[in-house]
Amino acid sequence: MTYKSSVPMFWRLQGSKYRLVGTRCTKCNSVFFPPRSLCPKCRRKGTVEEMTFSGKGEIISYTIIRTAPEGFEKYVPYAVAIIKLDEGTNISGQIVGNNIEGMAIGMRVRPVFRRMFEDGDRGLIQYGIKWEIDKGDSTS
Amino acid sequence: MDIGIVGYGAYVPRLRISVEEIAKVWGTNAENFRKGLIVDEKSVPESDEDTVTIGVEAGRNALLRAAINPKKIGALYIGSESHPYVVKPSGTVVAEALGLGTSLMLADFEFACKAGTAAMQCCYGLIKAGEIDYGMAIGADTAQGKPGDALEYTAAAGGAAFVLGKDPLAILEGTCSFTTDTSDFWRRERQDYPMHGARFTGKPAYFRHVLTATKNLMEKLSLNIDDIDYFVFHMPNGKFPTAAAKTLGIPMEKIAPGLVVKRMGNCYSGSSPVGLCATLDIAKPGQRILMTSYGSGAGSDSFSFMVTDRIIERRDMAPKTEYYLKNKKNIDYGTYVKLRGKLRM
Ligand SMILES: [Zn+2]
Repeated sequence: MTYKSSVPMFWRLQGSKYRLVGTRCTKCNSVFFPPRSLCPKCRRKGTVEEMTFSGKGEIISYTIIRTAPEGFEKYVPYAVAIIKLDEGTNISGQIVGNNIEGMAIGMRVRPVFRRMFEDGDRGLIQYGIKWEIDKGDSTS
Repeated sequence: MDIGIVGYGAYVPRLRISVEEIAKVWGTNAENFRKGLIVDEKSVPESDEDTVTIGVEAGRNALLRAAINPKKIGALYIGSESHPYVVKPSGTVVAEALGLGTSLMLADFEFACKAGTAAMQCCYGLIKAGEIDYGMAIGADTAQGKPGDALEYTAAAGGAAFVLGKDPLAILEGTCSFTTDTSDFWRRERQDYPMHGARFTGKPAYFRHVLTATKNLMEKLSLNIDDIDYFVFHMPNGKFPTAAAKTLGIPMEKIAPGLVVKRMGNCYSGSSPVGLCATLDIAKPGQRILMTSYGSGAGSDSFSFMVTDRIIERRDMAPKTEYYLKNKKNIDYGTYVKLRGKLRM
């Protein structure tokens, strides 16, 4: 049996996949996710350092998936959105909760830790960040 | 200096299936289960949730309340009977996701429904011995009941995490355990569902261990019922902890805040820990909480906590247990079967 995912590749990306570790240019304050090691604006004049994103942000676009790729059939129908993170920069991700009827551009989201992909019954389970709609009612 | 809970947090998946919905499929009388077990519905994990993801969410809430640098945590122990891998620890994923450091003592624990409280005892011991400053203990499960079995009405998902250390919001005044070889519930390798000793799970198993551990701790700390404001007992259903309280002469209002089972079922290793979280959510400084877990096989861990002034500032720093109990969506049996992987295709 062959596995679709590379174990070493996933391991290298764990920080960004589990905790949204990206980078920031200390000169112009641009933020990068996925992380970049060189700021395209400042190039070698800038210094890029590690930065963890809160994962909170707002939906700027979304689509509903009704015909899913292999391994994602069980989630259908589900939403994939482009999210503008509060710290700047955009990220795409799956929205959990299955409340696709109530989705709208501009909605606030917060990160949740979920299973992303299972490499068959014998391979690795990959974990990472998905998003849920944040009604702002979790701490009151 | 006092050692105890510096941060706590619960997590319960959003989906629920009612006792009626399960009874409808198996032709049983829902009222009998509802009244007999004192359970209305149970929580069901989404297909991308498991013990690891529940542990991360609960752990995140505990860290928010502890308000410490996660790298200061020196030990992480996770108790569960539904670790996603047979070989590969749940704890390494949780530690990485929570941003804990790498100078970390870590292991997954198993002891039916009491592995989470065993994890708390280990952290407490290491802190008391001066080996670590902070430790995190998690009890989490996505329990499975065989379709049609009585367990199917209660086997639920959820968990709780505790950061233990100094300057606590609840001082751990003492702990003790009671352990015997009593086979009331078990699951063999490669089996999807557990077996249980039906009526044998009551008197010689749950009640003997829970009552003995509780009495032993009260004796050890010279406490009587009046000295304790709240009790949390392991909740395989609503009936057992209620009966245990009656036997000890505990007024029902002292177990009510922690009796979460009616609304979410039994989340095994997370059961009494989630009950403790719900009780900490409402307890006042100076109040005492006694928690006793139960794990089949069999054993009970008992703890006495004294709530401090710190609870006031830390309680609102993360979602409360009530948020997760209220924030729910009911599903039908067909959806439940699909989500829990009970369909063979
Ligand atoms: Zn720059």
